[in-house]
Amino acid sequence: MADVVQGVVSAPPSSPPVAAPRPTVTIVPTRGLPIVAAVVILLIVSIHGNWLWALDFFHVAGGALWTAIDLFVGLIIGPIIGRLSIPARMEFSIRFMPKMVLLMPTLVTMTLGSGWQLARHLGNLNAGFAQHGWLVASYIIVGVMAVIALGLLEPANIAVLFELRKEHPNGELIGKLMKRFVYTAGITGMMQVATIVIMTKLTTA
Amino acid sequence: MSDIAAHAPGKQLDLVHRPMPPVGGIGMASMALIVAGGIYLAANLPHRVSLAPAVGLLVAAVVLLGVNVVLLSRLREFAWNRFFMVAGRMLLAYIVIAGMIEYVFVYDHTPGRVLVVMSLMLATFAIDIPMILGFTVARYQEPHGRASA
Repeated sequence: MADVVQGVVSAPPSSPPVAAPRPTVTIVPTRGLPIVAAVVILLIVSIHGNWLWALDFFHVAGGALWTAIDLFVGLIIGPIIGRLSIPARMEFSIRFMPKMVLLMPTLVTMTLGSGWQLARHLGNLNAGFAQHGWLVASYIIVGVMAVIALGLLEPANIAVLFELRKEHPNGELIGKLMKRFVYTAGITGMMQVATIVIMTKLTTA
Repeated sequence: MSDIAAHAPGKQLDLVHRPMPPVGGIGMASMALIVAGGIYLAANLPHRVSLAPAVGLLVAAVVLLGVNVVLLSRLREFAWNRFFMVAGRMLLAYIVIAGMIEYVFVYDHTPGRVLVVMSLMLATFAIDIPMILGFTVARYQEPHGRASA
């Protein structure tokens, strides 16, 4: 990543870092909003109706997708982005990052909302539950992940999109923010694996 | 921070390296305190436990939020239009999310005093996030009225 950044920094101030025409940058892909709304409404209906199967589905499907995407981005996509040229990285980011703006918060809301209700119905939230210590450990992991995701990952995602909207985006800044995004995605992905270990232990206890 | 305020008008700002107050870090610390309070309360359900630790964490989180407001208010050359645009939209989104969580608290018959503390924690959390997001975006944007770099 450093060599690419160096190329932009050492360029003369008058020459723009990107010469090729770029597609329009969208911060929030509005076409995806109805899908997000549908998922959130279904989740609320499931909570209100005490539909255990639906809560289970939301929790398992949401958790699996959240973990898989985090790990895939952090461990597979991240190193690839790091080796791309600045224009290629920008073009990828323009198409990739807006989708993440909608996808990740939806998956997180889906997983955590349904998980809490599921645990309540199954009696796992009760402090007297035999495996309660493990559940508290999962709260701590999720709490740390939430702080990392909301304090570092999501702001980096949005800031990259705003930088890409500029007439002459700063390659150094995009590199720095993308690195932060990819690393934090990888860290939260690995913490998710720890959560899955706890969840499988709880379900088989 | 004073060097930001003293920056000569018309001179191009180095948006990437210019010094900025640690709004992001303080916001994350505030969020971490809220999360710790939430875990404390959730871990002891359904038993009645002392609310003092949770209230203490909440107060500390609100103090840090206040520090952030002060630090932000002292910024001179800052893209305030962008900050309010991003923070405003994020606040709207987080009001929806916080509203959903609040609905779950009420739906689960959370006792009165615990509900008040949890609601205040939720409100602090829902303000912390848009503030961090708005700041992270605006710090790299050209302040209003300046020529684009």
